[in-house]
Amino acid sequence: MATMEMRKDLFADERDDNLNVVGKGLQRQDMPGHVTGRTRYFDDHGFEGLLHLKIVRSPHAHARIRSIDVSAAERAPGVKRVLRGADVPVNKNTLLSLINFGKDDEPSLAVDKVRYKGEPVVAIIAESEAQALAARKLVRIDYDPLPTVFDVEEALAPGAPTVNETYPGNYFEYHERFDHQKLRFGDVERGFASADIVMEHRYQMSPIEHAPTETNGTIAAPDQNGRYLVHSCAQGLFFSLDTTAKIVGLPSNMLHFVGGTVGGGFGGKVDSLTEPLAVLGAMMTGKPVRFVLDREEEMLYGSPRGAERIYVKDGLMRDGRIVARYIRSYFDAGAYTRLSSYAAIKCTAHVPGPYWIPNVASDIHVAYTNRCPSTAMRGFGVTAVDFALEVQMDRLAEAANMDPMEFRILNAYRDGDMKPHRRAAKNTALIECVQVAAETANWPLSEQARRQTSHTGGAGERGQVPATVIDTKGQIGRPDTRAGTATQTLPAGTMRIPLSKQPVMDGSRDGRAAPTQVPRYEQVSPAITPPAPPPYTSSPYQSTTSPPASQLPPGPPMPAPVPPPAPAAPTQTQHGAVRFSSVFGTRRR
Amino acid sequence: MAKTPVQFRLNGSDRAAFVDAPETLLNTLRRGLGEFAPKYGCGQGTCGVCTVLVDGEPVLSCLTLSVACEGRHVETASGLADGPELHPLQAAFMDHFAAQCGFCTPGMLTAARALLAKNLSPTRDEVIEAISGNICRCTGYEPIVTAILAAANAPGARRA
Repeated sequence: MATMEMRKDLFADERDDNLNVVGKGLQRQDMPGHVTGRTRYFDDHGFEGLLHLKIVRSPHAHARIRSIDVSAAERAPGVKRVLRGADVPVNKNTLLSLINFGKDDEPSLAVDKVRYKGEPVVAIIAESEAQALAARKLVRIDYDPLPTVFDVEEALAPGAPTVNETYPGNYFEYHERFDHQKLRFGDVERGFASADIVMEHRYQMSPIEHAPTETNGTIAAPDQNGRYLVHSCAQGLFFSLDTTAKIVGLPSNMLHFVGGTVGGGFGGKVDSLTEPLAVLGAMMTGKPVRFVLDREEEMLYGSPRGAERIYVKDGLMRDGRIVARYIRSYFDAGAYTRLSSYAAIKCTAHVPGPYWIPNVASDIHVAYTNRCPSTAMRGFGVTAVDFALEVQMDRLAEAANMDPMEFRILNAYRDGDMKPHRRAAKNTALIECVQVAAETANWPLSEQARRQTSHTGGAGERGQVPATVIDTKGQIGRPDTRAGTATQTLPAGTMRIPLSKQPVMDGSRDGRAAPTQVPRYEQVSPAITPPAPPPYTSSPYQSTTSPPASQLPPGPPMPAPVPPPAPAAPTQTQHGAVRFSSVFGTRRR
Repeated sequence: MAKTPVQFRLNGSDRAAFVDAPETLLNTLRRGLGEFAPKYGCGQGTCGVCTVLVDGEPVLSCLTLSVACEGRHVETASGLADGPELHPLQAAFMDHFAAQCGFCTPGMLTAARALLAKNLSPTRDEVIEAISGNICRCTGYEPIVTAILAAANAPGARRA
C-alpha cells in the first residue's frame, strides 16, 4: 500500500513522533464483510410479515391542498394503513432543533400546503410493494396551485411568494436579528477605495445529488418490551434516533437503532428521510414496516447539495497584495431549512479562504425557494465558496500579472496571522503545499517564492484585529434596511462583536407591523490588549506589505460615544461549549 | 395471485420458492431466500449491484424473472469463497483497497469472476469492459481494476 511522507517540520507540535497507523498501510476491519457479501446494510434483514410503505408525492412545486381523499386507497387489496399528516404526532420539525438552532418548519406529511415538487403528502402501507404502488394511484388530492419562486435572489425580493410561512421573508433568521450571517473585519469600503484594481465576479453552482448506490431506507419493527427495532441507513445514527423520537412522540429509549453500515452517504443520509414514517408505520400496524426510496425518488427527492450563488469582490494592489475582500452569497435551501442554516455558518467560517487580507466582510444568506430541500454534502458550505475563491484568485493573479502559484504564496496565511473570525492562524502550511505542488508538477517558481515559509512573516502587525466597521443592515422583517450604512466602528483589538441581549421582537415580519426596536450592538470597551505577538522575522515579501487597516489614517468619526467599561472579552477557546455556541450564535448569550 | 413453484441451485445447494409470475430473481433471493449479497440499487438494470451468475453468465437479477431460473445454477458473491478460504479476487480486493462502503462490491466481484472464468490474462481494457455495468460511487474504479488485474495472475483465479 502507499505510504505517506510526514512533514514533521510543519506539524511538530501536532503529532506524536511514534505513529502506529497514520502513514502506514493497515487492513480495514470491515473489509472481510464487504468481500464476502456478509456486510449487513439496513435492508439486509428478513422479517416475517414485513409490510411496505410507499409515498404519494406532490406533483406541484407550490400549491394549497384543498382536500385529500384516501378512501379508495384504504380499501385497495393488501393495504393495511394509510397515513396522513394528522397521524404524525409531531408533524413539524427542523433537524437542528436538537441543538436548538432554527425553528420547526417542515412536516413529515404535508397538511395544508406543498412547497416543492415531490413533497410527501400521504403514506400507504401494504403487504407488498406492488400493492402499495397500486393503491398510491387511488389517492385523490385536490390542489390549488400557487405562484412559485425558484431563484434565490428573486425569493428575497419584495413581493416574492412566501414559500415557507415559518420564514415569511424567504430567509433564515440569524441571531434573531438579521436575514443573513455577517462577518466584519476591518473596513472593506476603505480597502476598495485604496486599491489599484477592484474586481467583482459572480459564481453560480448547481445542486448536486449524492446518488448513493444504496437508496435511503429504513426497516422498523415492533420489538420486545414495547420498543421498536430500527434498521436505518442514517449516517448519524443517534441524530436520526432523536429526530425520530421527537416526530413520533416516543421517548428515545423506546427506539433501538441499528446501523452505521451505510451503502454510500456523502451527506445524503443525515435528513432522516425514512426513519420517522417507518417507525410510525410500525406503531400503527404493529408489524415490521420497510420504507425504501426507489431510484427515481432518490435522484429527484433525496435532498441534494444546495446550489449557491456567490459574489466575490476584491481590492487588489498592482504588486499582488489583496487589501480587501467582500463576499455576498445566497444558499438555495429549497423549501425547508434542513442543514442549509449550518452551511451558511460554515461558509462564513471559511471566508476569506486561506489568505491573509486586512479588510474582510461577508453577508451569507439562506433563501427559501420552491425547490427540493437541500442538505449536507461533503464540505457543504465550503466547497462551493472555495471554488469561487480559487477561480477568483486566478483572475486576480492575471490582473496583477503574476504567476498564480506565486500569487497564492504571496497572500497565504502565515503562523500568527489574525483571521477575520478573530482567531490566530496556527500550523499554516499553504505556502509549503503550493511549493510541493509546484515541484511535483514541474512548475517553475522564483527563488524568492521557493524561500518563503509559513513559519515567518505572519503575526506582528498581521496578528492584530483592526478597527472594524459594523452595521445593522438586513434586519429581520425590514427588507428596507438591506441598503443601510455603517453604524459604528469598533476599536482595533476588539476580539468579538457583542450583540445586545434584546433581539428583534417577535411578530415583526415582512408586510406586517414595523418593529419598534432595531438590532443593536453592545457597547464595547475601547482597548483590549492583544496577546504579545510571536517572534517576527522579515521576509522578502514584507518590504512590500502595506500597513494593516488598523494603521491606516483614521476613518470617519465614530458615531458612538466612548462607552463605559464593559466586561473583558472571553478568552479564546478552541473547543467545547463556548466555541459551539459562538458558531450557532443563538445559545447561551 | 397464484404462486408458482421454482427450484434452482444457489451457490451449490438446492433451493425452492413460491413466487409471483412477475417476481424478480433479486426479490426472490433477498426476500424469499434470505440471500442478501446481491443488492437493490436502481431496479432498472443500470447500476449492477444486483449482479449474479446464472449458469456462469453475469445477469442483472433485478431484471431477471425468478421463473426463468427454474433448474439453473445461480451464484452470488456469497459463493465465491471456498469455505473459510477467500477467492483470489476477494484477497486482491482487500489488498488493494477496492471497496469503501462495500455496497457495489458483491456485484463487482461477481462480474470480475465471470471475466476470469473465461480469460485468465485479461488486458486492462478487458477488465474495464467487464465491470462497465457496475457503478461505484465511493472508491473510484482504479483500485478495483488494479485488484482484478492482480487477482488474474494469482493461483486459483479461475476457481469457480
